[in-house]
Amino acid sequence: MSRRKFDEMSDYDSGRDRKRRRTDAVEIEDRLESLIIRVGEKSTSSLESNLEGLASVLEADINNYKSKILKILSDCAVKMPEKTTIYTTLVGLLNAKNYNFGGEFVDMMARKLKEALKACMWKTARYVLRFFSDLVNCHVISTNSLLQLLHTFLDTARDDNSPQVRSDTYVYAVLSCLPWVGRELYEKKEQDLERLLKHIEIYVRKRSRKHVPGLRVWRSDRPHPQEEYLDCLWAQICKLRSDMWQEKHIARPYVAFDSILCEALQHNIPPLTLPPHHADNTYPFPWVVFRLFDYTDCPEGPVLPGAHSIERYLIEEHLHNIIKEYHLERKQCAAFLLDFPLKHKIPLEYMIVEVVLAELFHLPGPRYIEICYGSLLIELCKLQPATMPQVLAQAVELLFDRIDTMNVCCFDRFVNWFSYHLSNFQFKWSWDEWLEASQLDPMHPRAKFIIEVLQRAMRLSYRQRIAEVVPEQFDCFVPHKPEPIYKYANADASDIPGADAAHQLENVIRAKGTGNEVLQVLNELPNPLRENDETDPPYNPLQIQVFVQTLLHLGSKSFSHAFAGISKFLKVFESTVGSNEEAQILVLREMHEVWDHHQQMMVMLCDKFLRTQIVSCASVANWIFSKEMMPEFAKNYIWEIIHATIRKMNKHVGRLQREVSEAREHRTGNDSDDSSSEDEEQRPRPSEEEIERMEEKLEAAQADQKNLFLIIFQRFIMILSEHLVRFDTDGRDFNTHWYRWTIGRLHQIFMMHNTQVERYSQTLSTLLFTQDLDPHILDAFNQFVALRS
Amino acid sequence: SDNNIFHTTFFLSPFGETINLFFFSEAESRMSGSVDLSSYRDQHFKGSRTDQERLLRNSSTLYVGNLSFYTTEEQLYELFGRAGDVKRIVMGLDKFKKTPCGFCFVEYFTREDSEMCMRYINGTRLDDRIVRTDWDAGFIEGRQYGRGKSGGQVRDEYRTDYDSGRGGYGKIVQQKILPKIP
Repeated sequence: MSRRKFDEMSDYDSGRDRKRRRTDAVEIEDRLESLIIRVGEKSTSSLESNLEGLASVLEADINNYKSKILKILSDCAVKMPEKTTIYTTLVGLLNAKNYNFGGEFVDMMARKLKEALKACMWKTARYVLRFFSDLVNCHVISTNSLLQLLHTFLDTARDDNSPQVRSDTYVYAVLSCLPWVGRELYEKKEQDLERLLKHIEIYVRKRSRKHVPGLRVWRSDRPHPQEEYLDCLWAQICKLRSDMWQEKHIARPYVAFDSILCEALQHNIPPLTLPPHHADNTYPFPWVVFRLFDYTDCPEGPVLPGAHSIERYLIEEHLHNIIKEYHLERKQCAAFLLDFPLKHKIPLEYMIVEVVLAELFHLPGPRYIEICYGSLLIELCKLQPATMPQVLAQAVELLFDRIDTMNVCCFDRFVNWFSYHLSNFQFKWSWDEWLEASQLDPMHPRAKFIIEVLQRAMRLSYRQRIAEVVPEQFDCFVPHKPEPIYKYANADASDIPGADAAHQLENVIRAKGTGNEVLQVLNELPNPLRENDETDPPYNPLQIQVFVQTLLHLGSKSFSHAFAGISKFLKVFESTVGSNEEAQILVLREMHEVWDHHQQMMVMLCDKFLRTQIVSCASVANWIFSKEMMPEFAKNYIWEIIHATIRKMNKHVGRLQREVSEAREHRTGNDSDDSSSEDEEQRPRPSEEEIERMEEKLEAAQADQKNLFLIIFQRFIMILSEHLVRFDTDGRDFNTHWYRWTIGRLHQIFMMHNTQVERYSQTLSTLLFTQDLDPHILDAFNQFVALRS
Repeated sequence: SDNNIFHTTFFLSPFGETINLFFFSEAESRMSGSVDLSSYRDQHFKGSRTDQERLLRNSSTLYVGNLSFYTTEEQLYELFGRAGDVKRIVMGLDKFKKTPCGFCFVEYFTREDSEMCMRYINGTRLDDRIVRTDWDAGFIEGRQYGRGKSGGQVRDEYRTDYDSGRGGYGKIVQQKILPKIP
């Protein structure tokens, strides 16, 4: 029915009829949406007949529901990249029946592309480009106009004023279309295709690869080269080209409709000018392709596609997309991964494990929280108990084999994941395979891996369990009994200064004494810093020692006990420690003396001290880098503390930023639509002074944050420089275990906190990471910078 | 099987033809999301059902069940800390003995982190036992005690299996089977 007729009729209809027609319309729209979204799913009819049927239905309703159909189709094109060929076929069939509709669809997609590029939605843009490419196969778009668009994308390679990551993003989009349209271009426009590839080749050769070393999971290329992502895809496309563009993975329903489609008239993609580079633009980080398995690792059966086969690329992309789609529901995610179409043609479990581990080990950081992958792997083992656990065990063996050159960030994640995984399987493992590690230096990656895994495993269970589970050769790796060391335990006054006061304090606290009573005891203590009556030391170290050790001793039963004690006597901390950094470091030092054998307790106590502001973030950083803590420096718990400290600082700054922007919006009345006018009346608008005070607070926090990073980086530079100079003087090779762990930890700070560090990048390059620095140390900074250049 | 519903859509085109499109579809949304509310509602909750459900939907506190009596606070912090920063953990205690009786409350700082817990920790193991996490309306003093007659959890009164991590047989079974020592 034409619109005009509808309106005429409404003059005569009753209101009820009009309403019914409207709800009918909505119902039909919903039905259409459902039909379009679900085409391609399991059905008793063939895909071809469903597509044919659906095309007829849609074509019949194009006049009434055109904009809705256009919208649904364009959304599906972008949101379901795995069904690209299904939707291009549908569009092709519609175009064959209705040329104007095809044209409007192409225009809509072109607009979508432009908006995506402007908004830096690179994945969307890539999928639109791919959709356009496949529409060539369906005779909806002319090859010439596609080639023109592809060349426009490649033109970014000539722009010297924008970062490499920009042109990388555009070139990657072009390359990722070629599996779909390569064959068609080869058959119809071979020379143009060759020209296109030549441009890409030149670009790929001249690109900088400064960012690569920092993004590799392993330093070594043995046994599998760790390739940069664009290099890898280029190699895969080159191989596809040498195979005459015949690929075996993509299902192409349009082939069955060729006789209909080739009768259709084609459209041109409206010419597109790319939005120029803006300093505010964000581009995807480059990455290095994770390769764990090759075909020799898989048993008899379907062959693992080679590293440079396009099938490997396509299947991996699909698996990553399944994880992206279902990562919030691990059971569904596991089910869909295992139900992969064409699963009988590939060693599916191996590819799934490689893809999941690729995400877990991704640099600078995994896409989702680590436990997402850990629990997903457990789900996969549950669904496929006959094969998954073995493949995973094989993966662990390979990872352990290659752990010598593993990046420190990934090492930590491997430790955390493996201990968690074992805790779900009764810590059963073939430890005997790794017995040789007990002969190694404890700083050797293999030995260290076992030591750290057992530490984590102990935290998830208890020490005796772990001691029983490992072979006796690993006794040297089993952690200490996590018990406190209280230096005043058996002492009396003659032995250790403060012992008497400590015992007195114990009684006071056990008798539920107040903070003042505690201070009374502490104030009796002499101050070893006081040289004569003139000087007034800023704090009394003896007081702090006695107080901290006694308090932690009394609260040693559990975390709750310790936290309760600390909370109760915050005033005492304020009096005896205050904001003096040396005093704060002394608190941490005493804590370490008491809890040296219980790493988890130390992590928790540092967290508590920071939250109650007994110590500052800067104090924690300076304590970690102090000479006394150097023997602990390589242990994972130290870095747990540092990263938690940085994260806490970042969260604090983030919170204040949000408060300020919310307050500003509230003040100018630009609140979101959710807040009703009632709410606004109840919440008074913040005054300009209030906002200024909040901004001052924010600035102070940002200064603290900057200061924290400066301290950490400066200390790194100092100890690394000192090491390099010392070894150079002695004529020894500086590349010791300690060196590799330490430089790895520096790299880890850059990776884990790269968004915040980015803010201070200028300052860092001016003040700390200057050109005169040793190139090994400067390199860590340069790799971080290369992520965005 | 129940899941395979044969979904048929008839479409009436304006020209009067009936076009049948058959789709083989999974039962729509039968699978509950990992973050959804369970069917359990605390009978001792002071307030209306609506209040309770509102609190549950916004809560950052989780009830954790099926723990071993020997599971420590340290172990809980280690596991639950992997979903996000833990604000506090309150151990569930036997009302009389004041010893752990197999449950606890875990409170996160943010709702987002507690959702991570529901998604990734619920249904996995701690001390070899599958732990169950569920939304809680919020810890109130007194709720850390078991509500069973014997002091532990109600479920440990009635269960009939032998569970070495939870005091052996259920309390009622224990009284029947094990003779009282004179």
